[in-house]
Amino acid sequence: MDLFEYQARDIFAKHGVPVLAGEVIDTPEAARAVAERLGGRAVVKAQVKTGGRGKAGGVKLAADPDDAVAKAEAILGMDIKGHTVHKVMLAQTADIKEEYYVSFLLDRANRTFLAMASVQGGVEIEIVAEENPDALARIPVDALDGVTPEKAAEIVAAAKFPAEVADQVADVLQQLWTVFIKEDALLVEVNPLVKTADGKIIALDGKVSLDANADFRQPEHEALEDKAAANPLEAAAKAKGLNYVKLDGQVGIIGNGAGLVMSTLDVVAYAGEGHGGVKPANFLDIGGGASAEVMANGLEIILGDPDVRSVFVNVFGGITACDAVANGIVQALELLKSKGEEVTKPLVVRLDGNNAEEGRRILNQANHPLVEQVDTMDGAAERAAELAAK
Amino acid sequence: MAIFLTKDSKVIVQGMTGSEGMKHTRRMLAAGTNIVGGTNPRKAGQTVDFDGVSVPVFGTVKEAMEATGADVSVIFVPPAFAKGAVIEAIDAEIPLAVVITEGIAVHDTAAFWAHAQAKGNKTRIIGPNCPGLISPGQSNAGIIPADITSAGRIGLVSKSGTLTYQMMYELSDIGFSSAVGIGGDPVIGTTHIDALAAFEADPDTDLIVMIGEIGGDAEERAAAFIAENVTKPVVGYVAGFTAPEGKTMGHAGAIVSGSSGTAQAKKEALEAAGVKVGKTPSETARLARAILAAN
Repeated sequence: MDLFEYQARDIFAKHGVPVLAGEVIDTPEAARAVAERLGGRAVVKAQVKTGGRGKAGGVKLAADPDDAVAKAEAILGMDIKGHTVHKVMLAQTADIKEEYYVSFLLDRANRTFLAMASVQGGVEIEIVAEENPDALARIPVDALDGVTPEKAAEIVAAAKFPAEVADQVADVLQQLWTVFIKEDALLVEVNPLVKTADGKIIALDGKVSLDANADFRQPEHEALEDKAAANPLEAAAKAKGLNYVKLDGQVGIIGNGAGLVMSTLDVVAYAGEGHGGVKPANFLDIGGGASAEVMANGLEIILGDPDVRSVFVNVFGGITACDAVANGIVQALELLKSKGEEVTKPLVVRLDGNNAEEGRRILNQANHPLVEQVDTMDGAAERAAELAAK
Repeated sequence: MAIFLTKDSKVIVQGMTGSEGMKHTRRMLAAGTNIVGGTNPRKAGQTVDFDGVSVPVFGTVKEAMEATGADVSVIFVPPAFAKGAVIEAIDAEIPLAVVITEGIAVHDTAAFWAHAQAKGNKTRIIGPNCPGLISPGQSNAGIIPADITSAGRIGLVSKSGTLTYQMMYELSDIGFSSAVGIGGDPVIGTTHIDALAAFEADPDTDLIVMIGEIGGDAEERAAAFIAENVTKPVVGYVAGFTAPEGKTMGHAGAIVSGSSGTAQAKKEALEAAGVKVGKTPSETARLARAILAAN
C-alpha cells in the first residue's frame, strides 16, 4: 500500500524524522485557519499518489490565509495524471538552500535491502539514475545488521554529502531506517531532503509503501487505507476476503491460483483479438478452497460488474477437487437465485485435473441454460471472448 | 536422479500437527515420501497416526535430525511464526527447507535469508509462498498433487503453483524428473537460476520448462544465465501480459512497477537467450513436445 505524502509525513514525525509542520484539509475554507496557525504563509500541496505534482500545478505557495484559500480552491478537484485531488496539505514554508535524495527499499534481486542517496535531489531520481548514475549512491543494507551509525556514515560518504550536514544526514538516515523497520515498509523515500538557510536538515516530501503481509502486526495500518478511492467492486471483494483486481474488459474471470489466473487473463486477451478486442474484466483468484460460498461470493462480485458480458471459470484441480468446484458453481447459482440475483450472463467453465470427470458430470447434470463447458483453457477462453463480443 | 529431492530424502514437517500440516503430511506419505517426523515443542514425544503410519513428533528440528537423519524440512507454520521456524531449520543446518507458508512479511523473509547467509548458507531454502517440489515416483515435499504425472525427463521450475500443475498435466505422458515451485513472493530462497543449474547438471533431465510471471527481474537474470550456462533446451512461459501497472496480482511479488517487471520484457529477454516462449500454457507444452520429439 502506497501512502499519501501527509501520511508519510505523520509516520516520519512519529519516528523522530525532522519534518515541517503541516495539516491536511479537504475544503478550501479550511485552509484559512490552518494558514493562520502556520504563521500566514504556507505551501499548498495536492495529495495524490503519483509523481510530478509540481509540474502539473499541484504545489503552490500561498502568501497569506486568503491566498491559501484561493490556492486550495484551485488545487482541490484538479486532475493530476488521472488522480483527482481530494485533499491538500498546507505546510510551513522553508528557506531551501540545497535539495538531496535518500531512500531505503527492498532489493529483490539481491534479497536484501538497499539504501540510495544523492546530493542531486528535488528532481525525479530515475532521471538522475539514468543521466548521471555516479551521482546516485547505492549501498546494500544487511537485514540483520540494519543501519548502524557506521552504515549511515558509509551512505553519507558514498553520496558525498557536504561535511557540514554529514552528521545530521546520518542521524536522519537512522531515523528513516527505524521507519522502514518498525512500519514494515517496502519503500521509504525522501525527495527532497533539504538543507535550510539556517543549516537544518528536513524531510520535505516523502513516499512510503507498506507491506500488506505485515498487517497482522501493524494494526494501525488499516486506518491509512484510502477507502474512498478504492474501486467499489474491489472494496466489496476485499470485504469478502477475495483476491480481486478490477480491469477494464468485458470477460469476467474466476480461477484458482495467482499464476493460472494471470495466465487466464492473457489467454482471454489473445482470444479477444479475434472478437472485437474484448478483454478480461478482472483478476479473481479463489485460491485452493473454492467452496460453494467462495464461488458464490466471487460470482456475485463479477456479475455485479456492469461491464461484464460473459464469465470464464477456469479451474485446475490440484488439491481442490473439481467435483467440489462444480458443486460450488451449482450451489452458487442457486444461492444467487434465492437472493433474487439470478444469473443472466453466460458462464464458460473449464475444469481439469483432480476429479475433473466427476466435476463435468455434475455440471452436465445440473444443465443450467447459461453454463457451458469447454475442455481446454484456450478453447474456453475463445468461447468466453466470443460470447462477450455478442 | 532428480534435483534437490530424491527417494533417499528423509523428510520432516514443521507444523505437522496443524490442520494444513496434517492434511499434507497424509498426502505426502500417500505419494511415497519418506516422512520421518514432525516438530511441535508442545507435543514432543507423541506420535501421530496417518492411516496406519506412525510418525513421531520432536520438540525441535535439531532433535528430529539427530534421531532420524532427516535432511529435508517442509514448513507449514503460520506467517506470524514462520520466520522463527525457518531460522530454527537453518540453525539445525538441515540441507533443504521448503517453506510453503503464504503471507510472510517480507522483512521476515529478508531476515531469515540474511540469517542463512550469515550461517554459511548450509540450508537450501525453497519458497516461501510456494507449492514445494516433487520428484515423481521418488518423493514429494509440499503440496503438489502427486498423481498428475509420473517420472520422466522434463525438469520444471515455476513461480506459480497452479501453472506448475497445469504444465505437468499437459505433459503428463512424458513425465518429469523434478518440478520445483519456487514461489511468488518478492524475496525467495531458491531461484530460477538455481534450479536451471541443477537441471543442467542432472543426467535424467533432457529439457527444462521455466515458468515466470510479472514482477522483479528474476526471469531476465535467468535468461542471461541460460545464454551462458545452459546447454539443454529450455522452454518458457510468462504470465501477466495483461496485468496493469502498480497492481499486485495475487502473488505478493507479482507487480509491474513503472516500466519494470513486465511480462513483455521477460519474454524478450528469454527469447534473446534462445528460449522458446509459449503464448499460452498449452502452446508452451506443444513447444516442449516438439523439441523432445526432434531430439
